[in-house]
Amino acid sequence: MLNRYPLWKNLFILFVVVLGLLYSAPNLYPDDEAILINNENFEISEADIALVETVLEAAQIEFFGVVSDENSMQFRFGDVDDQFRAKTIIEEALTDDYIVALNLAPTTPGWMQAIGADKMNLGLDLQGGVHFLMEVDMEAALERRMQDNLSNVRSILREQRIRTRGINLVDNTYLEVRFSSSQERFAARSELINNFPEVQFQNREVNDLFLLDMRLSPDVILQTQRDTLQANRTTLLNRVDALGVSEPTVQQQGSDRIVVELPGVQDPAQAIRILQRIATLEFHLEAELGASRTSFEAYQTPDGLPVNVDNDVILQGDRISSVRSTLDQNGLPQVQINLDAQGGNQINRVTRENVGRNMDILLIETKSRTIASLDEQGNEVEEIEFFEEKRLISHATIRTALPRTFVITGLTAREANDLSLLISSGSLAAPMTIVEQSVIGPSMGRENLESGFRGVQIASALVVLFMLMYYRLFGLAANAALIMNILLIFSVMSLIGATLTLPGIVGIVLTVGMAVDANVLIFTRIREELANGIAPQQAIDSGYNRAFTTIFDANLTTFLVAVVLFTIGTGPVKGFAVTLMIGIVTSMFTAIVGTRAIINLIYGGRSVKILSIGRYSRSLSSST
Amino acid sequence: MQSKTEIDFMGVRRVAAGVSAMLALVSVISLFVNSLNFGLDFTSGTSVRLNYSETVDIDQVNLTLQQSGYDDAVVVTFGSDRDIRVLLPVDSSVEEQDQAEQAAQVGEALAAMLQEETRSQVTLLGSDYVSAKVGEELAEQGGLGMLVALGIIMVYIAVRFQFKFSIGAVVALAHDLIITLGIFSVFQMEFNLNTLAAMLAIIGYSLNDTIVVSDRIRENFRRLRKGSPIEMVNASLNQTLSRTLITSITTLLVLFSILFIGGESTQGFAIALIIGVVIGTYSSIYIASNVIIYMNVTREDLMTPVKEGAELDGLP
Repeated sequence: MLNRYPLWKNLFILFVVVLGLLYSAPNLYPDDEAILINNENFEISEADIALVETVLEAAQIEFFGVVSDENSMQFRFGDVDDQFRAKTIIEEALTDDYIVALNLAPTTPGWMQAIGADKMNLGLDLQGGVHFLMEVDMEAALERRMQDNLSNVRSILREQRIRTRGINLVDNTYLEVRFSSSQERFAARSELINNFPEVQFQNREVNDLFLLDMRLSPDVILQTQRDTLQANRTTLLNRVDALGVSEPTVQQQGSDRIVVELPGVQDPAQAIRILQRIATLEFHLEAELGASRTSFEAYQTPDGLPVNVDNDVILQGDRISSVRSTLDQNGLPQVQINLDAQGGNQINRVTRENVGRNMDILLIETKSRTIASLDEQGNEVEEIEFFEEKRLISHATIRTALPRTFVITGLTAREANDLSLLISSGSLAAPMTIVEQSVIGPSMGRENLESGFRGVQIASALVVLFMLMYYRLFGLAANAALIMNILLIFSVMSLIGATLTLPGIVGIVLTVGMAVDANVLIFTRIREELANGIAPQQAIDSGYNRAFTTIFDANLTTFLVAVVLFTIGTGPVKGFAVTLMIGIVTSMFTAIVGTRAIINLIYGGRSVKILSIGRYSRSLSSST
Repeated sequence: MQSKTEIDFMGVRRVAAGVSAMLALVSVISLFVNSLNFGLDFTSGTSVRLNYSETVDIDQVNLTLQQSGYDDAVVVTFGSDRDIRVLLPVDSSVEEQDQAEQAAQVGEALAAMLQEETRSQVTLLGSDYVSAKVGEELAEQGGLGMLVALGIIMVYIAVRFQFKFSIGAVVALAHDLIITLGIFSVFQMEFNLNTLAAMLAIIGYSLNDTIVVSDRIRENFRRLRKGSPIEMVNASLNQTLSRTLITSITTLLVLFSILFIGGESTQGFAIALIIGVVIGTYSSIYIASNVIIYMNVTREDLMTPVKEGAELDGLP
C-alpha cells in the first residue's frame, strides 16, 4: 500500500532513535573536579592514599570517590576552589617524585560506561588545555647513532688487532677511518662490512694515508629519523598518561615534529615541566680495578653501593625495542629487555668478552628547575634552568654472552617493576624542544562551549519555528527529524570517540542547514506535484522519490569535500570535516527516512484530500 | 505559487557576468595589494606570561591594554585565575632573530605598564617569540585541500552530470571563495583559523546550491523536448527558486543567531559564512547556469542513458 512502511522499517527507525538517545545521554552529566596523583618511578601504595586522606581531612577539604591502582590515585572534589586548595596541600605533603595533576572525572552511571556510552571528547578550544609543537633534534639522534658506530668500529678493530691511524667523526652521518697501509684497510673493511650492513663503505687515499669512509645511506638516515620520531612519540604518550588527560593527542607532524594536545589540562605549567623532562639510557661496563682515574665516573647503586662506571657506552637506550617486568619459571621477578638487531649484535659482542664483569645502566634525565634571583632593580625574578641528572639504575653481573633478549634477575618484585618503568621512560631517542605552545584557559574554553551551544540552540529554535510556519504538519516532521539528527551526531561522535571543537560545532550548524535543505527539497517537490493536480498520496510518494536524486548528489559532493578536508587537514580543519561527514550521513537518514516514517504514520494508508504542507492549495486555486 | 514565478534570470546574464567579473577582479587586486589581515593564528607574535598576586580581572586587563595602544593583544588565563598570557602581534619589519631578543623587552614593558594600573603585584613569568610556521602550514594545507577537493568534485560532477556542469560548479565555487576573501581583504577584517573553517564551509554550501540547480536543469533537458537551453535554464531556476530562497533564509537565520549570540570566538566565522551564503545564493542562480550556457550545453549532452532513479532501490 502506498505510503506505508513495513513494520521492520519502523522498528529499525525506532531502534536508531533509542540508540541515539542512549548514546547522547552521557553528555548531560557534568564532570567532577578531581586530582590525579602519579608516581613516575614507584607504585602507589595504601600508605600514600592514607597520607593524602589525612592531610585533606586536616585541611577540612571534602573529598569523595577515591580510586587507585598501582600507578595512580584519584580524589574528587565538590568545586574548583577545593580542587585548587587540595592540590597545594597535597603537593606540600608528598615528595617531588609524585606528580599531582588537576583533572576532570566523569560522572556517567556505571551501566552507561559499560555499554560504551561516554561523553563526547571536547577539543582544546572548548574545554581549555595546552597545545605544544615539539621539534625532535634529529641531528642529535644521528650523532648519537654515529658515536655509537664509532665506538663499535674501535672495539671491532681492536679485537681483530687491526691498527688504525685514528677514527674521525666528520659529520653526523659520516665516519672516516685512517690506516697506514691498504692491507690493513682491506682487512678492516671486510671485517666491518659484516657488522654494519646499513653503512656504505668507500676507499680514499690522501697523501700517504689510506682512508675508509663510512657513510649512512639516505635510506638509513630516513629510517633513523622515522624510528626516532616514533620512539619519541611513544615516550611522550607514556608521560602524558601521568597527567591523566582523557583524550590526549600525540601526533606526528612533518618529518621531525610532534604535536601534543592536552585538552582539559588545568595546569599547563606542570604539563610543560613533565613533557620537557628528557631522559635517555646508557649501558656501560663497570670500570676494571686499577683503571685510569679519567676513564670512569663514580656512582651509587639504588642500594647505596659505590660503583665506578666506565666511560665507554656499550649501548644506547634507543636500541631497546621493549622492556617489561615478568616472572621467571620459578616465579621470581625479572626484567626482560628486548633489543633491536644491531643492539643485539652490539651487546653480544661486548658481553661475550666480558662474562663475569658487571654491566651498569645509567638513566640520564634533563630536568628543569626554577631559580629565584634578584635582578638589577632588586626585584625577584624566576628563571628556568635545565640540568642533567645521571643515575645508576641497574648494576648486574654478566653471566653469559647476552643475546638480543635478555633478563636482569635477582630483584624484588617492586625493584623489577620500578626498573622496567625507568628503562622504558628512558628510551627516548632524541632530545626535543618546544617550538610552539599555546594555552587556552579553562574559563575561555567553557565560554566557547557555552556560546557555541547557545548559538546552536537559538539557531535551531528559529529554524524549527520557520519550518513549522512554512510547512505546517510537514514542518513538524522535519523538525522532529532535525532534533533527532543533532542527537544522532552527538551519539555517533561519542561512540567513535571523535573530538568536538569549535569548528566542529560550526560543522553541526552547517548540517542543520543541510538537513533542513533536504526537507525543503522534498516538500517543494510535493507542493509542485500537488499544484500539478496530482493526488495527495501520489504527491508524497513522487515528491520523496524525485527529490532523492538531488539530495543524494548534493550530499555526496559535500561529503567528498569533507573527506578531502579530513585527509589533508589537521586541527580545526579536521574537526570541522568530522562533524560534517557524520552530519551528512545522519541527516540523510533523518531527513529522508525519518520524516517519511512520520509522514507515513500521519497520512499513510488512508484517503487524504488535503495535506498540511503550507500554501500549495491556494496557488492551485489561483491558477485554475 | 513557487513554480509559477517566471523571472527571466538569464535575460540579465551578461550583466551578471560583468558584475561578477568585476567583483572578482577587485577581490584579486585587493588580495595582492592589501593581502589579508591575518590574525595571530597566522602571524608571528610575542607571548608574555604574567602572574598576578590576586585574581585577575581579564576585562580590566583588556581595557588597560586597549587604552595603552595594544589594540590587537589577546589575553587568556593560564593555569590558575592568577596567571595570564598576553599575545601581542609583532612588528613585521624586524628580522626574525631580533624578534626573539626583543621579546624580553616587550614583556618587561608590558609588565611595567600593567603594574601601574593595578593594586596587585604583577610578576613577569616569561616572554617568548612565537613563530608563525604552524599557521602558515595550516593555510597551505587549507589551500591544498581546496584544490584537491575542487579536482574530485569536477570528476564526480563530470561523471554524474557532464563536464560542462563541472566547469560551471567549479567556476561558481571559485567565484564565491574569491569574492568572500576579497571582501575580507578590502575591509581588512581579521582572517584567523575560524575564518579558514568558514571558507571550507562555504565550499560545501556553494556546491550544494549549485548541484540542486544543475540537477533540475538536467531533469528538464531530459523531460521537456522543446525549448532553447536558455529557456530550459530559466525554467529550472524558477522551479528551484523557492527552495534556494528558503534554504538561504534558514541558513542565514542560523548564522545571524550565531553572530549575535555565539560570542566573540564565532563571530568572525559567522560573518564569513553570511557573506559566503549571500554570494553563494547569487552564484547558484547567475554563475553556474551562466557558465553552462556559455559552454553551449545541449540536450544531447545530457541524453546519456543514465537510468534515472537507479539509486532509489530500497529507499522510500
